[in-house]
Amino acid sequence: MAEEVYSPRRIPSDVPFLVAIWGIAGMYLLLILAVLAADASYTSAGDLWMAVNDPDVRASIWLTLQTCWVTAILSVIVAVPTGYVLARFNFPLKRLFDSILDIPIVLPPLVIGLSLLILFNQVMIGGQSIERWLGDWLSDLHAWNDNIPSGVTYRIPAIILAQFTVSCAFAVRTMRNTFDGINPRQEKVALTLGCGRSGAFWLIALPQASRGVVAAGTLAWARALGEFGPVLVFAGATRGSTEVLATTVFLEISIGNLEGAVAVSFLMITVAILVLTTVRMLGIRQSV
Amino acid sequence: MITVKNLTIRLGNFVLESVNLIVPRSGYAVLMGKTGCGKTTLLECICGLKRAQSGSIFFGDHEVTRLRPAERGVGYVPQDGALFNTMTVRDQLAFGPRVRGWHKRDALDRAGELADELGIDHLMDRRTKGLSGGELQRIALGRALSCRPQVLCLDEPLSALDDETREEICELIMRLRCNHPFTALHITHSRAEAERLGDLVFIIDGDGRVRGRD
Repeated sequence: MAEEVYSPRRIPSDVPFLVAIWGIAGMYLLLILAVLAADASYTSAGDLWMAVNDPDVRASIWLTLQTCWVTAILSVIVAVPTGYVLARFNFPLKRLFDSILDIPIVLPPLVIGLSLLILFNQVMIGGQSIERWLGDWLSDLHAWNDNIPSGVTYRIPAIILAQFTVSCAFAVRTMRNTFDGINPRQEKVALTLGCGRSGAFWLIALPQASRGVVAAGTLAWARALGEFGPVLVFAGATRGSTEVLATTVFLEISIGNLEGAVAVSFLMITVAILVLTTVRMLGIRQSV
Repeated sequence: MITVKNLTIRLGNFVLESVNLIVPRSGYAVLMGKTGCGKTTLLECICGLKRAQSGSIFFGDHEVTRLRPAERGVGYVPQDGALFNTMTVRDQLAFGPRVRGWHKRDALDRAGELADELGIDHLMDRRTKGLSGGELQRIALGRALSCRPQVLCLDEPLSALDDETREEICELIMRLRCNHPFTALHITHSRAEAERLGDLVFIIDGDGRVRGRD
């Protein structure tokens, strides 16, 4: 049998692969930039100035910022333990639990709003709807101040709940991935060194997950900013009351003020870029 | 002394059945066996990190089968060191004593003492990123010994090291045995390591039973 002579195989060039991946990434970036450029061409500095000076838009910006921060904080509070449970524990029906948590991501936003509306107004607890029950409870809570509106539906709490229902699902996914990426043996070592499970979580797992926590919060914040469907159905779009930036765009379009709608969209883009860039500049390199 | 009596561990389809072993006080036992035969599972069960279905584990005269890991007095060096990469080396060495309620000064003194002994005192203010494999193993050993455990469990601590560093850590472990009164159970695939370190050798065979090697 003839001795096989080693001949180095010619390896194809890396150039087509690199061109393909950079090309695809570049095309997507181009699409986003094209959309922004189209918006920019449809508005002017004057429109933006008018939008910023409009008291309704100002109130909307302020309410948007408030609800987005509350939503982001609530989402992190829920996502951290939920992500930890999914990453660290095996239990019956875990796959089902996991799939249920993804429902807000896959459901059409309007359906989420509709579902919240039905849950709060049609589902009865002790002969009373959740809306009524919560309304009574909130009235008792601040009986000293009649100016604070009670109830949830078509009020500010509905905005937060609608944003939270969707945003939290993204935050949970981020936290689960974060905890999956942390070596569980570190927590096991901590258990042998004297920690209980909570000590291992607070002292070992959570400090390591800090970047993931900020990423989850940022993602929840960004999702809350863009949430429109569930907010519209569950909180309504009442000027000066339950109007957030996403609903402002809708209201401006509904009265035919396309320039105003684009100007408000630009404000939303500016706010989003400011927040996301600031978080990333603070050293959070985890992708969101 | 570590005594394991009729221990059965079931994890899904995997079973370790009727494990019996005795490591005498201050002895150094080596546990060998093929990959996936259950060495780490047994070690984690002795540490209290996995539950046994039946049987019992004693440290000395004290039964620890139902105790939580923190209550057993065990030091654990996992396969990859599993160092706390958000902490400095000093904080890692002082971590155990601190969570056990030692005064901060005493915990830091203990960390300094161990760092001297392990030759890592120059690394005390560093985090683990960028440290060599040998340095990481020294820190993992120091952290495991920080609370003066009666039992030390080591899961392939030398497997990822080069020959020279492995030799250094072997010598270090032998030196530590003289200074610390622990009973050790050490998992390895290396016969040379087993002969070098072990007073006695246990082998987990294919059907999940543990036997002592003649």
